Amino acid sequence: MVWIGVAPVAVSEDLASVIHASFSDSGQATLMRLEQDPLQQRCSQPRDERVDDDTAMALRQERLNAVVFPKDGNFLGDWQRGAAVAASGRGLQSNDDPSIANGGNCYACHQLAPTEVAYGTLGPSLTQYGLRGQSEAMLRYTWTKLWDTHAFNLCSHMPRFGAQKILTEQQLKDVMAFLLDPNSSVNQPAEGPSSAH
Amino acid sequence: MRRQSDDAMTLYRFVMMIPRWWLLLMVVPALADEGIFDQYRDLMGDDNPAIFVIEEGEEFWVQSQGPSAATLEACDLGLGTGVTRGAYAQFPRYFADTDRVMDIETRLLYCMETLQGRDREVIAAKPYSLRGDFGTELEALVTWLAAESEGMTIAPEQAHPKERAMYAMGEEIFFYRAGPHDFSCATCHEQSNKRIRLQQLPNLTEHTEVAEAYGSWPAYRMSQGLVRTMGWRLQDCFRQQRWPGLIFGSEVSIALQTYMAVNAAGGVMTAPGLKR
Ligand code: HEC
Ligand code: HEC
Repeated sequence: MVWIGVAPVAVSEDLASVIHASFSDSGQATLMRLEQDPLQQRCSQPRDERVDDDTAMALRQERLNAVVFPKDGNFLGDWQRGAAVAASGRGLQSNDDPSIANGGNCYACHQLAPTEVAYGTLGPSLTQYGLRGQSEAMLRYTWTKLWDTHAFNLCSHMPRFGAQKILTEQQLKDVMAFLLDPNSSVNQPAEGPSSAH
Repeated sequence: MRRQSDDAMTLYRFVMMIPRWWLLLMVVPALADEGIFDQYRDLMGDDNPAIFVIEEGEEFWVQSQGPSAATLEACDLGLGTGVTRGAYAQFPRYFADTDRVMDIETRLLYCMETLQGRDREVIAAKPYSLRGDFGTELEALVTWLAAESEGMTIAPEQAHPKERAMYAMGEEIFFYRAGPHDFSCATCHEQSNKRIRLQQLPNLTEHTEVAEAYGSWPAYRMSQGLVRTMGWRLQDCFRQQRWPGLIFGSEVSIALQTYMAVNAAGGVMTAPGLKR
C-alpha cells in the first residue's frame, strides 16, 4: 500500500482497496462481504449525524417496499422454537459450520424472557412485548422490524434478519411467536429474588 | 524451540492450569454472574500469570536466533537502538527505514527478519497461539515490551503525515459497516454503558474508556489461559463482526490500533492486563 504524505488525507477513495488488501477469505466469510450496499455506505458516516434528507427517505422507502411477508399470511410459529433461535448466537462467523442453522442472537442486545439474566443492552428490553397485542398492524410492524429494521430506522444497529437471509421464514415466525404469544416466556411476569413487584 | 528454565516452566505450566480449573468450578454461576471474574481478578491481586510470559519475552529478546545467530538487542523500536523502556507506549509510529507506520508486532517481525535473518512469512503465518498451545514468541515479546512501558503515558506520535493519515483511515474503518449483519466496530463500541450478554463493551470513541481498554492490552485471558495481544483482539472482534479474516500486520490492523492509541493518548499503560 502506497501512501501520499499530505495531512489530513482524504482516504475514502482508497479505503475500499485498503480494506480488501487487509483481509483474506476465511471459511464462509469471504472477501465478498466487504462490499457495501447503499444502505451500509450511507450508515458508515458518523459525522453525518442522521440527516433526514431525500436520499435517506428514498432508501427507507426502498427497504419498506422490499419486505417479504409470510406467503401463507400466518405470522406466528412456535414460541418455544423461537426461544431457541433467540438464544443462539452462532452463525455466519468464519468459524461457524454453515450446515447448522443460524441463530438470531437476540439476547446479545435485548432482554427477553425475564428469567434469562445474561442479556445485552445495545437494544431496548423486549420483556412483556406481547402486551402490545396481535393486531394486524402489530404483526406487520414486528415482522418488518425483524425482516429489515432499516425500513423504519435507517441506520439502526440491529441486523436485517430476513433481508440478509440470516434467519429463514420459519425461524422468523417462531421468533414472532416468542415475542407475541401470551404463553411465551417473554410475556411471563418476572419471578425470583430480583423481582420487587 | 522454546528456551525456558525448568523451574519457571514447571511453575508456568502449573499456573496455566489454574484458569481451566476455575472455569470448571465456576461454569454455572459464571453464566449468571460476570462478577466472578472480578472476584478472581481481586484474588489474583498482582499475581497476573502474565508475569511468567514477561520473563519469557525478555529471554527471547536476548536469545541468538536465525541464520544470523543474532539477538534482538539491536532492534530500534522508535526510541533508538535497543531502547525498550517506554517504547510500547508510543506505538504505532512511523519508521523512516521502512517508510511506513508500524505497530509493535510488525516492528518486531521486521527486526527478526533484518537482524536475525529469519523468514518473515513463517512467523507471520502463526503469530498467535491457538487454544491449548503455549504462547508464541511474538506474544511473549509483546508482553514483556508492554511491561517495559507499565505506568507510562500512552503517547503515540502524530507528527508525520503518514501517522495522521493512518489515524484518519482508522476512524473511517471504525465506522465502516459491512457483512451480513451490517456490523462495524461502532455497532458495539460507540456507546457507553452497553453490554453484549454480560460482557461490558468499552466506548472506544470516548477518551477515558478507550484509554483504559487500550492501555490494558496485551492481557492474560483467564478463559483461555493465554496472553493475547491487541492484534489478536482485533482479529477476534472481526470474527464476531462476521467479516473475513484480518491479515496479521495489515493496514486495517495498524490503522485501528492507531485510532485507538491516539484516542487513548494521555492515559496510562497498565498492561499486561487480566481479562475474563
Ligand atoms: C446488534 C444488536 C441487535 C440484535 C442482535 C438484535 N437487535 Fe433488535 N434492536 C436493536 C436496537 C439497537 C433496537 C432499537 C433501535 C431500532 O428500533 O432500530 C432494536 C429494536 C428491536 C425491536 C423494536 C422494539 C420496539 O420497541 O418496537 C424489536 C421487536 C427487536 N429489536 C427484536 C429483535 C429480535 C427478535 C432479535 C433477534 C432475532 C433482535 N432484535 C436482535 C439491536 C439489536
Ligand atoms: C458484535 C460485537 C462486536 C464488534 C462488531 C466488535 N467488538 Fe470489540 N468487543 C466485543 C466484545 C463482546 C468484547 C469483550 C470481549 C470479552 O470480554 O471477551 C470486545 C472487546 C474489545 C476490546 C477490548 C476491550 C477491553 O477493555 O479489554 C477492544 C480493544 C475491541 N473490542 C475493539 C474492537 C474493534 C476495533 C472493533 C472493530 C474492528 C470491534 N471491537 C468490533 C464485541 C464486538
